[in-house]
Amino acid sequence: MRRVLIGLPFAWLAVFFLLPLAIVAEISLSRGADAIPPYKLGATLDNFRTLAGGCLCAYPESLGTAALATVLCLLLGYPVALAIARTRAPTRHLLLFFVLLPFWTSLLIRVYAWFAILQPTGLVNRFLLWLGVIDAPLQLLNNFFAVEVGLVYSYLPFMILPLYGVLSQLDESLLEAAADLGARPLRVLATVILPLSLPGIAAGSLLVFIPAVGEFVIPDLLGGPTTLMVGKVLWQEFFDNVDWPEAAAVAMVLVALLTAPLLIAQRYLERNA
Amino acid sequence: MPILEIREATRSFGTTLAVADLSLGVEAGEFFALLGPSGCGKTTLLRMIAGFERPDRGRIVIDGDDVTDTPPYARPVNMMFQSYALFPHLDVAGNIAFGLRQEGMPRARRTERVAEMLALVQMQGFERRRPHELSGGQRQRVALARALAKMPKLLLLDEPLAALDRKLREETRLELTGIQERVGTTFLVVTHDQEEALGMASRVAVMNRGALVQIGRPAEIYERPNSRFVADFVGAVNMFEGEIVAGFNEIELKIPGIERPVPLDEPVDLPAGEGAALAVRPEKLRLSETRPAGIALPATVVSIGYQGGQSIVHLAAGGRTLRAHLPSEAARELIRGVAVWASWEPEDAVVLTR
Repeated sequence: MRRVLIGLPFAWLAVFFLLPLAIVAEISLSRGADAIPPYKLGATLDNFRTLAGGCLCAYPESLGTAALATVLCLLLGYPVALAIARTRAPTRHLLLFFVLLPFWTSLLIRVYAWFAILQPTGLVNRFLLWLGVIDAPLQLLNNFFAVEVGLVYSYLPFMILPLYGVLSQLDESLLEAAADLGARPLRVLATVILPLSLPGIAAGSLLVFIPAVGEFVIPDLLGGPTTLMVGKVLWQEFFDNVDWPEAAAVAMVLVALLTAPLLIAQRYLERNA
Repeated sequence: MPILEIREATRSFGTTLAVADLSLGVEAGEFFALLGPSGCGKTTLLRMIAGFERPDRGRIVIDGDDVTDTPPYARPVNMMFQSYALFPHLDVAGNIAFGLRQEGMPRARRTERVAEMLALVQMQGFERRRPHELSGGQRQRVALARALAKMPKLLLLDEPLAALDRKLREETRLELTGIQERVGTTFLVVTHDQEEALGMASRVAVMNRGALVQIGRPAEIYERPNSRFVADFVGAVNMFEGEIVAGFNEIELKIPGIERPVPLDEPVDLPAGEGAALAVRPEKLRLSETRPAGIALPATVVSIGYQGGQSIVHLAAGGRTLRAHLPSEAARELIRGVAVWASWEPEDAVVLTR
């Protein structure tokens, strides 16, 4: 019984995580071929050599974009999560519901909605023109700014929820003890609330950062042709060039890059458990 | 001048009146206990003094300063929380130094003070431990050291011994009184445990339903309760309900089941015909085989509970159950079912009109 209980999650991970990863790894070591599927199994590092020989700029750009989105999500999400956690029960459930509400519509539709908001004749530009702050519409679409807006908007709930989870569990008497010992509200935040919510910050940051690095839809729709992110490179290799081995190599490098912060965070969380 | 003065403080939550028009003065250097059943408003009162609750009406004055509108972080009081509320992300030294950091004490002085406090609670060598690495008793000491580190004018202790097991509770009670005498800080303890209050405090205030019922030294509270509530809540008691009658040249209490009315030594503030009660502590009840002179009730021994030094004897007397605490040697001579006479010295009975 014990073995079955312990074995089940391992079996699940093996089938749905390890096996697909192994297949992608195998493809990344194969050669392209005119066949279905379009590769011939092999053991070559050619795909990685090609990758290293070309422009690797999509990686730092992806990491940078995702890192900025993570920081922005944290700055926006922390006060929201704290406010929700400090609200009384009925209102609190309503606020949590609002955080989750966007998930009830498709991501695609929500990203398209930003089109309407950011385009030259969109909501933001018309409002600014009406205010008289600007004379001509601003270029808000098809650039880095639009990608960040899209990422932060889409991933904010993934930051808020784990933060809320930690902050709502915070022992009220700890905050009272801090105040009792002479700490003003901002000091209580800095010396008690922040350090005790580090696990939530780490969890939320990972939940935003990791999918944001590989994001394809948002940069493709809002970023225009000039934005180069790994997700887009993958798409091009896979669908436009039909070079599965090269696409697999791109993916494997990304996996390797992402495992590093994950392991660091894991070690940190274990130490503070 | 009292170190703490509560003037007609009132606080209600919704329709519940937690503290009702309560006034209280605590003198500097006292070990003062607020005693009452759960829900009597004692914790609300403590939280108002700390600044976590604001009174709806009334003022709170500490050492001559009206602090009613002062936030908790600016009040010259510190609190030891029932759950201890130690910061789990800081070690013992960090916890004790927390309040000192807030007031900007230089590092060297801080280290010195932390060492002093650890010595006071006998926790030297535990500086680098985290709270989860400590036992319940050790956590309690750290919480006390942290609350005392800022040398508050008044230390508030919320059920300080409630989280400890019985044996440790007794030791810690002695230690708390010892520490209080050494540092001289005014201690205000909130507790629902009468043994704790009587055993530690120099003065006790009994609270019920948001109001003070009686204030006095522990012996006064126990031996001269001023109401049925205090007599019943503080310690065990045999209560005889009766009716006041005007006797030949004194006031008497007519108690059903006792043939002669009991003469009252003290004047009572009630007219004849009103109800009053006579309270006799179990250890004041005398049991004898032959009828003694004076007031006595015939009774039958129902059970004898051996408790070591003393035994608890339950008796049936008419429709009443009486309780007597006897030295175990004396109780050994009793057997269940035997008929005895229960009596008491007139000065050991207290008349209760409230």
